[in-house]
Amino acid sequence: MASEHDVGSGAFAVGIYLTFSEFSFKNESISVAFQANPTELCICNKERIIVEAIKEIAKSIDFDPYRYRKDFPVLEQMIHGMPLVYLDNAATTQKPNAVINTIVNYYKRDNANVHRAIHQLGERATLAFEEARKKIAAFINAPSSRQIIFTRGTTESINLVASAWGEKFISEGDEIILTEMEHHSNLVPWQLLAKKVGAKLKFIPFTESGVLDFEVFERILSNRTRLVAITSMSNVFGTINPIKRITRMAKDRGIPVLLDGAQSVPHLPTDVQILDCDFLAFSGHKMLGPTGIGVLYAKINYLENMRPYQGGGEMIQSVWLERSTWNEIPHKFEAGTPNIAGAIAFGAAIDYLNRIGMSQITLYEQELTTYALNRMSEIDEIVIYGNAPERGGVISFNLGDIHPHDLSHFLDQQGIAVRAGHHCAQPIMRKLDIAATTRASFYFYNTKEEIDYLVDKLKEALKFFSP
Amino acid sequence: MDSEFRELYQEIILDHNRSPKNYGSLKDATHRLEGQNPLCGDHYVIYLKVEGDVVKDIRFEGKGCAISKSSASVMSEFVKGKKISEIDKYFELFKKIVRGELDPAEYMDKLGKLAVFAGVSEFPIRVKCATLPWHTLHSAIHSKTKEKVTTEE
Repeated sequence: MASEHDVGSGAFAVGIYLTFSEFSFKNESISVAFQANPTELCICNKERIIVEAIKEIAKSIDFDPYRYRKDFPVLEQMIHGMPLVYLDNAATTQKPNAVINTIVNYYKRDNANVHRAIHQLGERATLAFEEARKKIAAFINAPSSRQIIFTRGTTESINLVASAWGEKFISEGDEIILTEMEHHSNLVPWQLLAKKVGAKLKFIPFTESGVLDFEVFERILSNRTRLVAITSMSNVFGTINPIKRITRMAKDRGIPVLLDGAQSVPHLPTDVQILDCDFLAFSGHKMLGPTGIGVLYAKINYLENMRPYQGGGEMIQSVWLERSTWNEIPHKFEAGTPNIAGAIAFGAAIDYLNRIGMSQITLYEQELTTYALNRMSEIDEIVIYGNAPERGGVISFNLGDIHPHDLSHFLDQQGIAVRAGHHCAQPIMRKLDIAATTRASFYFYNTKEEIDYLVDKLKEALKFFSP
Repeated sequence: MDSEFRELYQEIILDHNRSPKNYGSLKDATHRLEGQNPLCGDHYVIYLKVEGDVVKDIRFEGKGCAISKSSASVMSEFVKGKKISEIDKYFELFKKIVRGELDPAEYMDKLGKLAVFAGVSEFPIRVKCATLPWHTLHSAIHSKTKEKVTTEE
């Protein structure tokens, strides 16, 4: 990775999020974890000078989304006679040619089962599959690629932990701490586990601005807490949660932390060693990869002590008629033929993101989100849900009394794709006392021109529905 | 914007959405049922006063999109005073019209105001919005369930 990309991450931390901290100097670059507690900000003088310098460099970074848009064939189409404006990236992102071609080429040239065949194709498939695992490990700075388990996505990753770890280590009367802003995928698996073993769920509430209430968190942490499972970025409010602060509070009490990284990993530089999380779940399809492939990262000692998740081929070492022994990690958790093409294409997506640089992506998306928030606020009738100081490119809103379904249908007529509904977070909707919201969510290929177009069409919608 | 879209959201639908008819609850209801579309969060309660085999009065309340709310409003005006057997027939006809299985042009006289929902057939994803109030009404009348009705059958 070019050094200018690393420079960006330092500036990102200090220039944009003054509250970020936890710098570590590696390979003469600065990597950053997200951290949002102003009182914990501590930079020594030498570091401050460096940081000031990179701030200046960051200002001159000129990110050009049009340079990347041409890599995404899906974006080059008309919807109802208008150019497609794709603003539903929190649901899934579009795929660049590099990813699409990887899938095509795999099936054209290399298709074979992995870890079984001696023949040439089998060797190629296995090599590419394991290479993808290494790329993903490096992307989140996992100490070893053995800690990368391939799953179908974030949902399966969390279910895997609830089943293979939770059922073994959580028992009656134990407590699991979640937040009120979880996606159903980091809520329902724990409800199922709690019911099965007799554990209790406790919740960190969110405030009016869509940030977590740490006073309550402090209060509900107890000697019965066995796990803190939390989203690192809300798919409704866009809030980037102060993960380092959360892991530190949990670690002080020896409690493991699971992160639902479905929204954060695609948009922010992620370093599992700095974040110090024990489990991290994320999906390929929200970061340019195909659907049906995702990852569970976990610390080695957890993986070693977890039960198998599903039984079958690949996950075994030796099988007798009445018993079996388990394969090494990560294979112990990957029963059956995996999504080989999906994993390799996920690797291609990681390559693509690395070529741009995650800190560049974060910086640009911050700029785009600020621009969108400012432009959308021009409309008096708009209500935006959540205004956390640290937030990503997810904006949930309502426009006058236009129902989100009517609004998103109207916008679709103009070529704009947004999401309407409860965003798989019904408890949030209930707490806000709304049935649904409209949500616009961005990726690095979105442009300010698209935001302008959205705002124009929102104004038109007001005229159309309430003349 | 497609003309189909303008046709769907014509003035009559927007009017009913802004000022729905028969909105509210009914104290002396003989039937009460909740209907919801869990996928989009649309949620209505329908109250009926049935005497013999006639729906004497109807009210509804709840939240939802313009299509579902105006459908409930138009439906409430349409069924008031009608016999249950008649309402059942209209329910079947309405479903077929919004699903695009029948040509509304051939049923204009019968449909009356309901014809404004014919445009829904151009947008399959919105069919459930238009039929939610009708499903709820149908289940309420026939007391199939005391539970909630959902569009996810």
